[in-house]
Amino acid sequence: MADEVVLLDYWLSPYGMRLRIALALKGIEYEFKEENLSNKSPLLLQSNPVHKKIPVLIHSGKPICESVALQYIDEVWNDKAPLFPSDPYVRSQAKFWLDFVDKKIYDIGRKIWTTKGEEVEAATKEFIDCIKLLEAELGDKPFYGGETLGFVDVALVPIYSWFYVYEKFGNFSVERECPKLFACVKRCFEKESVSKSLPDQDKVYSLVMEIRTKLGIE
Amino acid sequence: MRVKIALEEKGVRYKYLEEDIFHNKSPLLLKTNPVHKKVPVLIHNDKPICESLNILQYIDHVWNDEAAPKLLAEDPYDRAKARFWVDCFDKKIADCGKKMWASKGEEQEAAATEFIESLKVLEMELGEKPFFEGEHFGLLDIAFIPFSCRFYTYEILCNFNVEKEVPKIMEWVRRCYQRDSVSNSIPDQYKVYDFVLEKKKMYGIS
Repeated sequence: MADEVVLLDYWLSPYGMRLRIALALKGIEYEFKEENLSNKSPLLLQSNPVHKKIPVLIHSGKPICESVALQYIDEVWNDKAPLFPSDPYVRSQAKFWLDFVDKKIYDIGRKIWTTKGEEVEAATKEFIDCIKLLEAELGDKPFYGGETLGFVDVALVPIYSWFYVYEKFGNFSVERECPKLFACVKRCFEKESVSKSLPDQDKVYSLVMEIRTKLGIE
Repeated sequence: MRVKIALEEKGVRYKYLEEDIFHNKSPLLLKTNPVHKKVPVLIHNDKPICESLNILQYIDHVWNDEAAPKLLAEDPYDRAKARFWVDCFDKKIADCGKKMWASKGEEQEAAATEFIESLKVLEMELGEKPFFEGEHFGLLDIAFIPFSCRFYTYEILCNFNVEKEVPKIMEWVRRCYQRDSVSNSIPDQYKVYDFVLEKKKMYGIS
């Protein structure tokens, strides 16, 4: 049991993806357990009894749930690929942006493909405003973490798997609206640790089409 | 309030600037927190730090000499657990808190039930420990104790009694209030109640 790392996850979860990326960047071997979200395993229910949600990282038998797991990974395996800046002021600034990504990006993005007509337009506009704010924060740095990937990059890059969906249903181009942000996300994706942790854009699109059909939008 | 308690625990002197958050946010606030435009913002040597949990972690890291009590646990697992609970509780309070004072009838009752359930979960987490993280007053205590000043308001508006529902939580509240950092930083519960009544009048909620 000592040092064994297990990740309870769902292939499409952006929160799960960021943990996969962090573990891969740090070269940590782990067992990936895919959860069926309509039939959650006893292990998941026992490890996250409060929310019963993925992702859950289980390290040496101890569960660490959802949003706090990324910082845990960085604190425990701190010899390689540090993701959180050591300077407390820089770290608190970066955490602010992580919070922004969490609260805004995925929720608003979701509205682009789960609504119709005017709602799609409104969601698309709001989404573009958000990514522009994010792009302003990036400035001319190659990554949010500076010269190397930081935790904001790790949290944001799963969005790459969703670009095709957002662009198709929102009728816009991320690269045209935010060329610097697009370049940064692409740069992250070019790292093998990142690309092998993220689902293929086509697979995401197929699932979205299934859900849209079920919702009666298609 | 969390930030005030943390600064007092560490013995840090600071200047307090009250913001009129409902009607007239200051240029300083809008400049230092341009994205969310919210309090609290800690400005240290002209550098702004936003979001209460970020600020608490910043304070613990910067004022970390031996004389100052440690707010965060040493062990990464205990730290992760503490962060999880704060995040969990913040989301719950955001959900039920407003409904308890701003709604009526079934919606209000449902919010009150949910709130009591969350307090019961917290009570289980506290267990027999004097404080959430054990023997010492720490991050979780600082994060949760400010909400205690709203208990009276919720009790009157929603007709329940916190002491009866979660006696161990009330014992913990009284234990926290024995610390100057807490009693100096948290407003009087009756003042909070009067403030909520005014807000209800302002919004036309009976």
